[in-house]
Parts: sequence; C-alpha cells; structure tokens
Amino acid sequence: MSKFRLAEAFSAASDEWELLPFRFERFSPERVLVTNMVGEHLFLTGREFDDFMGRRLPNDSPLVRRLRAKHVIRQPNEQLPLDLLALKTRTRYRRLPMFTGLHIFVVSLRCEHSCPYCQVSRQSEDKASFDMSEETARRALDAVFRSPSSQIKIEFQGGEPLLNFQLIKDIVAEAKLRNLEEGRNLGFVIATNLALLDDEVLDFCGENDIYLSTSLDGPADLHNRNRPRPGNDSWERAVAGIRRVRETLGADRVSALMTTTERSLDRVTDIVDCYLEQGLREIFLRPLSPYGFAIKTKSFAAYDADRWLAFYEEGLEYILELNRRGLDVTEIFAAIILKKMLTNDDPGYVDLTSPSGIGIGALVYNYDGDVYASDEGRMLAEMRDTTFLLGNLHENSWEELILSPALLEPLEQSFTLSAPMCNECAFEPYCGADPVYHQATSGDYLGRKPVSSFCRRNMHIFKLLLERYESDPFAREIFLGWAGR
Amino acid sequence: MIALWGRASQVELAAPLERAVWLLIDRETATSHRHARAYLVGDEPEDELPECDLYVTHHGRTLNGGRSFIQLPERFDYLTAGDILGFDSKGERVNVLWRHESLQNSVLLTERCDHYCLMCSQPPKNVDDDHLLDNAFELVRLLPQTTREIGFTGGEPTLYGDSLIKLLRLCRNLIPHSAVHVLSNGRRFSNLDFALDWAGIDNPNQMVGIPIYGPEPALHDYVVQSQGAFDHTVAGILNLGRLQQRIEIRVVVHKQTAPHLVEIAEFISRNLPFVEQVALMGLEMIGFARANINDIWIDPIDYRNELTEAVTLLDRKGLRALVYNHPLCLIDREVWPYAVRSISDWKNEYHPECLRCSVAHDCSGFFYSAKYRHSDHIKAIDPRGDAMHALPLLELAGR
Repeated sequence: MSKFRLAEAFSAASDEWELLPFRFERFSPERVLVTNMVGEHLFLTGREFDDFMGRRLPNDSPLVRRLRAKHVIRQPNEQLPLDLLALKTRTRYRRLPMFTGLHIFVVSLRCEHSCPYCQVSRQSEDKASFDMSEETARRALDAVFRSPSSQIKIEFQGGEPLLNFQLIKDIVAEAKLRNLEEGRNLGFVIATNLALLDDEVLDFCGENDIYLSTSLDGPADLHNRNRPRPGNDSWERAVAGIRRVRETLGADRVSALMTTTERSLDRVTDIVDCYLEQGLREIFLRPLSPYGFAIKTKSFAAYDADRWLAFYEEGLEYILELNRRGLDVTEIFAAIILKKMLTNDDPGYVDLTSPSGIGIGALVYNYDGDVYASDEGRMLAEMRDTTFLLGNLHENSWEELILSPALLEPLEQSFTLSAPMCNECAFEPYCGADPVYHQATSGDYLGRKPVSSFCRRNMHIFKLLLERYESDPFAREIFLGWAGR
Repeated sequence: MIALWGRASQVELAAPLERAVWLLIDRETATSHRHARAYLVGDEPEDELPECDLYVTHHGRTLNGGRSFIQLPERFDYLTAGDILGFDSKGERVNVLWRHESLQNSVLLTERCDHYCLMCSQPPKNVDDDHLLDNAFELVRLLPQTTREIGFTGGEPTLYGDSLIKLLRLCRNLIPHSAVHVLSNGRRFSNLDFALDWAGIDNPNQMVGIPIYGPEPALHDYVVQSQGAFDHTVAGILNLGRLQQRIEIRVVVHKQTAPHLVEIAEFISRNLPFVEQVALMGLEMIGFARANINDIWIDPIDYRNELTEAVTLLDRKGLRALVYNHPLCLIDREVWPYAVRSISDWKNEYHPECLRCSVAHDCSGFFYSAKYRHSDHIKAIDPRGDAMHALPLLELAGR
C-alpha cells in the first residue's frame, strides 16, 4: 500500500538526540540500571549501555524507543518530555507547601516498662515532673494549627502516654474545639504498649475516632525479653489489648510496630506468624535505630547492616510466599519504597524522603516544651546531643521554631539532589535524607556514604526489590498492589 | 448483522422531503406535534390513520389514500416507534440513525480525519459531509429524556470545532441524563482554548475516548501515519486532565502495538494517571485493516500474556482497565472480569463453536468482519471442566 509510509519514516528523525537527566548503577558488568529524574527505571545490558553512552545506537533501535518512552533522551527541541517530567516532578514534591502533618506530643516520659533498647530513656513511673503540663499542651496546639497542612495528625507518645491520660483527653477536646474554625482533616493516634488499656480509654478512643499504635516484637518469649515490666507480661497485655481494640473499635483501629533486636534476627518467620495470629496484615520489618539506650547497652552495635539485611530478605521472601498462598499481607517498608519506585507519589515517610522529613514532616513537642525536628532528634537529645532542638514552646514563637537554623541547615545540607554521592546515585528518587541518623552515627548531617549503614541498607533493598520486580511476575503483581495502596 | 442501510421498496411523495431526519411514531406515541414525525403504520386500516406529514410502512403494506409514504424493505421489519431514520429527499435511501432499544447508538459526524491509521475501520474521505453534523443536531432534538447513552464518532469530530461544542451543549441541555461519549484523536485539545470550550460544556456525563498507540512518538506516529501526532495527542490529554475532564484511553491491539502493550500501560499509568479508564481493544477487520492485513493482523492468542500483564498493571495502579472486542476463549481467565461485551449489537456475530460454549452469553463474540480473518484458536469452553473457575469469575464481571 503505497499510501502508507513505513515505520522508519517515523522513527527518531535525527541521531542528534539529547540526554535528559538520568543516573545509572551497574548491577553487574552485564546488567545496568538506568533511572530518569523521577525514578522511572529500565535495565540495559552492558553492551547496550556502552552503545548508548558511545552514541552508537541507530535511530530505529528498539532501545532508542525504550529510552524515549522512559524520558531518558529526547529529540532536540522536543517539548513534551520536558512537560511530562515537570509534571511528575511537581507531583513528587507536592506535599512540601503543606508542611508538617504529623505532630507528636510527648505527654509523659514516664513508663512502667524498662526495655533495654528504649530509645527515649524512660524515667521511673512516679516522677510527675516528667509529665507535660496543660500550659505546654496549649502552646503545642498553637503550633499545630500554625502549620499549613490540611491534614493534621496528633500522635501521643511517651514514655507511656496513657500514664497521663487526663491530658490526652484535654488535648483532644481542645484540638477538636479549635478545629471547628480551622476545618483541617484532624486525626489522633495514641502510641501505647496497651498494658494500661481499660474501658475508659477504649470508650474515649471510640467516641473520638482515635487510632492506637502499639509495639509487638514477635512471639511472647522474644517480646517479653525485649520488654521487661513488672509481672513479665508485656506480650500478654499487648496481645489482649490488640484483640480488645479490634473487637470493640474495629479491626483497622490498631496497628503494631516491631523493634528489631539481635535476638529477632533468626526469627523473622515467627515474628510474621505472630502478627498473622493477631489478625494484623501489615508488618513493618524495621531496623533498630541508633538512639537512646540502644547505643548505651550496645544493642545497636551487636548486629551490623548485613545481618539485618539477611533478616529482612528472609522476611520479605516469607511474606511473598504467604501472598502466593492467597494471604493478603503487606511489608510496609517495601510498600513505601515501591510507591516511590512505581508511581509519582512520595508518601513522605520521614526517614525516606528528600528534603528530609525533619520538621516539615513531623514536629515533636517534648513534655517540657522543647520542640524537636523529629522523634529521633528527641532521642538524640536524651543522649545529650541537642542538634535538632529547635527551641521551646515557652520561649520561642512559631516563626522562630520553624525558621530555626537547627532545622533549615540540616534540611539544606542533606538534600539528596545536592548531597555528594546522593546526587549521582541511581536510587536517589527512592531514597531520602536522614540527617538525624548521620548526626548520630558520624557527627554531621551528611555522613560518609561509602561507610553509611543507612546507605548500604537502603541500596541493598532497592536492588532486591527491583530484581524481584523484573524477574518474578508474581512478585511484580504484589509489588504493584503495594505501590498502589 | 442488523441492517442499518437500505433502499425503500416503494415511495409515494407529494413533494421532495424537506428534512432528512424523522422520528417514527405510532398510535401510542403520537401527539399533536407533527414536526419531523413519521407515522409507522401498524395493522390498523388506512382510514383510521392520524394526520401526519409522512407515513412509513413495513414491507408489503401500501397506502392508497394519496398519503405520502415510504415502504421499507423486509430487512427493516425490526424497526418500531421511537427509532429514528434518515431519508434522502426522494425517500429512496433509508438510513437507520437511532435504535431506541439499543444502548450502542453511535452517530457518525464526519468521514474527514487528520489521521490515516493503518487499521482504520472507517477510512477517511476528504468530502464535504457537513450534512452529517446537521442531521446529528436534528437527531438530538428528537431524542427522549430517557436516553441513556449516545456516542459520536468519525472521522475526527473535533475538526468541526465550535459546531461540535454546540452539538454537545445541546446534548447536555436536552438529554442531561444520557452518557455522551465522543471518539477523537485528541489533537485539537492541545489547543487550550478548545479544551476550555469543551470543559465549559460542563456535562458530568460527557467522556472523550482518545487512542494512544505507543509509549513514545515513533510507534504512535507510525500507526496513525502522522508526524507529531503523539505530542499533540498527549498534550491534549494533559489539557483535558488539567480541566478535570473524563477521559478514556483506547489502545487498539494489533501486530504493531501488541508487543508494546505493557510499555503503553506503564506510560499511561505513570504519565496520565488521571484518566478514568483504559480500553484495550480487539481489531475490527474492515477498512484499512483488511488492506494492511500483513502489517496489522495478529492472533489474539499470541499476545494473551502481554494483555494479561497490561491489564494487571493498570488495575493494580488504580486505573480502570477494560478489554473490548476479545472473545473469552482467547484471553486468560484472570482477564475475564475486565472483558466487556463491547461489539455494537448490529455487527455482532458468533462462531459456530460458540453454539456449544458455556460462556457465550457473557462473551463479546466477534465483529461481523471476523469472516475476513479470525483467530485459529476459537474454542468452546466446557462448563464441566471449567465450572469451578468460571463461576466466581463470571460473577465478578457483574454483567
């Protein structure tokens, strides 16, 4: 049919195509990952990559098509790829103008547990001087409603926040009252070990749509060794509490987080099974953070990044296997990363976003009115490093807190698009800036990437997820589902 | 196949017809309003017929009382009151414009097009056919409030510019509850003023279906035979997205596009995630598709894996995926819930094998044109062997 032109007539018109911003990582000499500026990815063979870099690809090469489709190259003066990249980039950063959605109230530093790895250095239970005062709470609420975010979540933490339950009730009532005028999307979470859960707390949570977040480290023996309390019944109380919340308030009203210790490392399937048994279908396989008692007791040094990665990999494998059997179980760390890999959304997870989530993702109001840029920043302060102390509610205005050099400097210095080595890393779009972690481990906001456990751990997981996504159709389907959550 | 075109068996007209579009009425639907109404004669005696400008009779019935009438050929016996016909001025050529019992009425607005797609089922003609648009205005004015769905196709309807906008405004005003679906190559929406005019119609039931045939310009431009088409079309979709308009992306699957289905799905989900649905469409073997059969034809069985993966990807990313024009026996079971009985009833056919198939009633079947080329793998699905799988899936389909 002479009326129709051949495919070649429409392939890239010149071999002058231009590179758009992209980064690469050699998985092996034969396998190279290429990511564009918003994290869309493709794999090239070593040969293809060399031809691409040497500009030896013919115009009608299938690889030219793939690179154009993923916005790695464009023809000169071609506008659409730029427009689409701009849209995707804007989507990725759209949370920034509406900063600080999470506000953490440390209503008491007291706790009836005495966990050796505790990251907030609990005090004994009877010291009322470690409770937040009403005046401090009021000032904290002033700050909450100064943040421009339309979504506001107030999280009560401790210590054990239920030891100061009266203040929680007052804060919830006052916040709701103020929100009648503010009209924000306001929610509440209590982070509690559930040991003190009673009818009054349950009724209050039910009446005020309050969610509960608790700790569950795995099976009873592991959990109770991690979390000593009088009676050695932390696990029993947590599990009974989870069941009560699920039965009275609804299955979605309680979630659990685990803390990983050296004793956890051989027991990931037991831990996952324990979550399933409680009806929990979301599991966050977390690394132990380098703060608080964790360092003092050498818990942190006791296992290195590689041992934790083996633990994580085994856990992820097991969770995928459960999905293969038809159980809908999600590993949250992978889900956060996959959303960043496979969509234009950044869930804004504080430890895995750039600019860092400190301050602009979360603010912490300590019992004494001190304001920290993150929960980890507070933990660091308990170790006498007050780098991330922004000021005090009784002494500083909102402007002074949010424009404090203690916030702006680490934000700017750790920003991954300008941080040395981060800026050229193929995984940058999936990763984040964690100035608090690096302050704790290396004494500056950036850290030294070649020896950073943060870096090593995350890069390993990014590779793991990408490899599984590419090679295993079943994992790909599950991952797509997690990314779309 | 239901006949939509034909020649009158007998015509008696006092004068040439002054209008082309006529709504058929009968004793029950007749009112004092005679404008553009033609009385469809039933079995009543001629002297009991109400006064009317034009009468239409079924095959074999003649009127003798000096009335203007058109007698339809036998193939139009299915027509009843509520259907709308088009006649030429002599009343000899009959064209069924609207079947009130069908949910798939599609109105051709023009045969002109600025694309020249390899597989076009309605090859473009560079002719003045503005009368098709005039007829569409007439048609919409005759439609009842209860109309549920109307489709406009071409050619390229947006070539009319403002006149198309006027027609769609009329739809919003006269049949506000009806879904209004327009097929377009989307290029004109890259002009923001036109996109604004479109959005200004402000009809929540209005949707535009726009094709994308590749994840990048080279493949798309080749399929539609127009350099620069991809950039215009995607820019148009972005404009419509900005204006929060309802968009369906249509991907016709053929030999050129099938190997790239997953990439196309990835492109849409990452760059155009605001679209309402994505339809993956089987090929209709008429028009240019027949002429280019060697470059176009692919047996659906040969891309069933790609189809499954594309549908899964779209679905998991939260986009509504639809599979049009694919018989169930040629696609994977997990894709059945996405399969739609999409082939317009008038050109819908089934294969002899379908007669003993247990899921034929849920199946799209085939285009009439499948007689020119169809899959070698059409196979009845046995209820015994497959019942355990078939039952829950069919419920999910919600048909």
